[in-house]
Amino acid sequence: MGRYVIRRLLQMIPVFIGTTFIIFTMVHALGDPVAALFGDKAPDPAVAAQIRQQLGLDNPLIVQYGDYMKGIFTGDLGTTFSGQPVTELLKTAYPTTLKLTVVAFTFEVIIGIGLGVLSGMRRGHLADTGVMVMTLIVISIPTFVIGYVLQYLFGVKWGLADATVPEGAPIQSLLLPGFVLASVSLAYVARLTRTTIAENSKADYVRTAVAKGLPRRRVVTHHLLRNSLIPVITFLGTDLGALMGGALVTERIFNIHGVGYYLYQGIVHQSTSTVVGFVTVLVIVFLLANLLVDLLYAVLDPRIRYA
Amino acid sequence: MGIHATEVTATTGRGRTADSEDAPLLQVKNLQVEFRTRDGVAKAVNGVNYSVRAGETLAILGESGSGKSVSSQAVMGILDSPPGFVTGGEIVFKGQDLLKLSKEQRRKIRGTQMAMIFQDALSSLNPVHTVGTQLGEMFRVHRGTSKSEAKKKAVELMERVGIPAAKERVNQYPHQFSGGMRQRIMIAMALALEPDLIIADEPTTALDVTVQAQVMELLADLQAEYNMGLILITHDLGVVADVADKIAVMYAGRIVETAPVHELYKRPAHPYTRGLLDSIPRLDQKGQELYAIKGLPPNLLRIPSGCAFNPRCPMAQEVCRSEVPPLHAVTEADGTPIEGRGSACHFWKETIHG
Repeated sequence: MGRYVIRRLLQMIPVFIGTTFIIFTMVHALGDPVAALFGDKAPDPAVAAQIRQQLGLDNPLIVQYGDYMKGIFTGDLGTTFSGQPVTELLKTAYPTTLKLTVVAFTFEVIIGIGLGVLSGMRRGHLADTGVMVMTLIVISIPTFVIGYVLQYLFGVKWGLADATVPEGAPIQSLLLPGFVLASVSLAYVARLTRTTIAENSKADYVRTAVAKGLPRRRVVTHHLLRNSLIPVITFLGTDLGALMGGALVTERIFNIHGVGYYLYQGIVHQSTSTVVGFVTVLVIVFLLANLLVDLLYAVLDPRIRYA
Repeated sequence: MGIHATEVTATTGRGRTADSEDAPLLQVKNLQVEFRTRDGVAKAVNGVNYSVRAGETLAILGESGSGKSVSSQAVMGILDSPPGFVTGGEIVFKGQDLLKLSKEQRRKIRGTQMAMIFQDALSSLNPVHTVGTQLGEMFRVHRGTSKSEAKKKAVELMERVGIPAAKERVNQYPHQFSGGMRQRIMIAMALALEPDLIIADEPTTALDVTVQAQVMELLADLQAEYNMGLILITHDLGVVADVADKIAVMYAGRIVETAPVHELYKRPAHPYTRGLLDSIPRLDQKGQELYAIKGLPPNLLRIPSGCAFNPRCPMAQEVCRSEVPPLHAVTEADGTPIEGRGSACHFWKETIHG
């Protein structure tokens, strides 16, 4: 197990270098950041050249990348054009995104698995059909539509929730955005759970559990669910990685100053260091989440052993 | 369905003592099971009667789809419902008709008073729980035993069924055991609460031949030790010969022949049974083509009229296509009755004596 973890961590190095380089190149290819700095006005060539030299933008791309990587290993992710260190920005953005992630993930797990078990156990019944139709609708509608509609209904029309998230992002104001963010994944979780439950409820070991005279409740919780949730947890783990990467759309709709919001700002202003810095951290988070899923897999299914 | 209105005094106690010496442990009367599928109603079991006494072994023999497994699942109360439904008959176990009990009452009987051993132990054991947990579960759920006590019992059970190093292996998972050992664990699980009746559904089919013999021997030993009734469901005539006391041969959801085990091998009274016996490879017929029963088992959605076996039967006459043969009592050629023998064939006399 320990060797496996070490191997996986080592494998992250080339992935890390590759992704950061690709992001670095892509942001560079977007256009001239100095021009973007000046907005619509054309910059004075002399000033522009001076800024370029200050920021090291006149060096070849590979050198710029090398300088950047050197910075990363000393904990310096660079500064934004406004002079704020990217690490500072991350520190303000991440807690908010984490809070939103926790809210969304809770919805996903509780409602998603709950609905999945409900419909999987009563296949063909009204409840099952209802869940299937509802999840299909949610999957078919783009998140921003769901987001704006729910924001209007709950936040504006009925006044049941905050329409936008105030500074500091208190948990209760994150409930609605969290639900919107979770909605599509929640629908997938429900469908996935339904399928595996329905499949496993015909399994021989479930029949054995019934033949042992176990109460139905115990058959479901100890035998059926435990086996059915293995693929669901894989999905949830990957999704957790994705959620922690911030939500561009949802954070914009509800004005949440999280990772997605700052990333968007960075892209709009072509701020290389902001975008690359954020994406680098996201890549690491995603890789770690994946590793966690794989390890969890072995815990859940004793037939899987890593060496 | 109420034709067999034999009055049996109901026992409420959970004790092992039967009401009288003679009352069978389990009596299945005119059992009928059907599966309501999208394509129609499949009549899987059509009026099956049999009985098992304590310490006795009944082998139920039949091809796949003959209703042998379905009838025993109905006895256990683990029929997949829907689509499976018991539509008639009685299952009298220790004096009470199980079909009249509530779901909860039947659940409490399962595992404690009757238990089942399944065919494929690898898929029948839960892959994510240790064998110790799965064995101990019987004590934890039915007896309310503590966790550590249940584990101790699990180790004892594993030792009882001959698993070496039980203390260490109790914490292993099913996939870490060999096929034979897994089947021993299944047996141990069925045996845990010392039930009065064990139903073994093809317990050795998934095992290789050398292990088959060991497992059957273990099962027979335990049965004798605890004086349990055993229903052995199989399609393997070889397995049956050594352990069974009596045999019921099933075809298309009916019992077509019943007989004490050696009687059946010596002189079958039903053409189907004879066909089965003739299709066993024999050393003295080496080099000759092996006999096979012609045709396929019937589609349960459309069971042939009359005797269900008639399209495949070498002896079939007009009457076989129109009249369902009842289970005739089989007698010697001179008319002396033979204990426990019956044949559902219009021409049983010709089959056995001719």
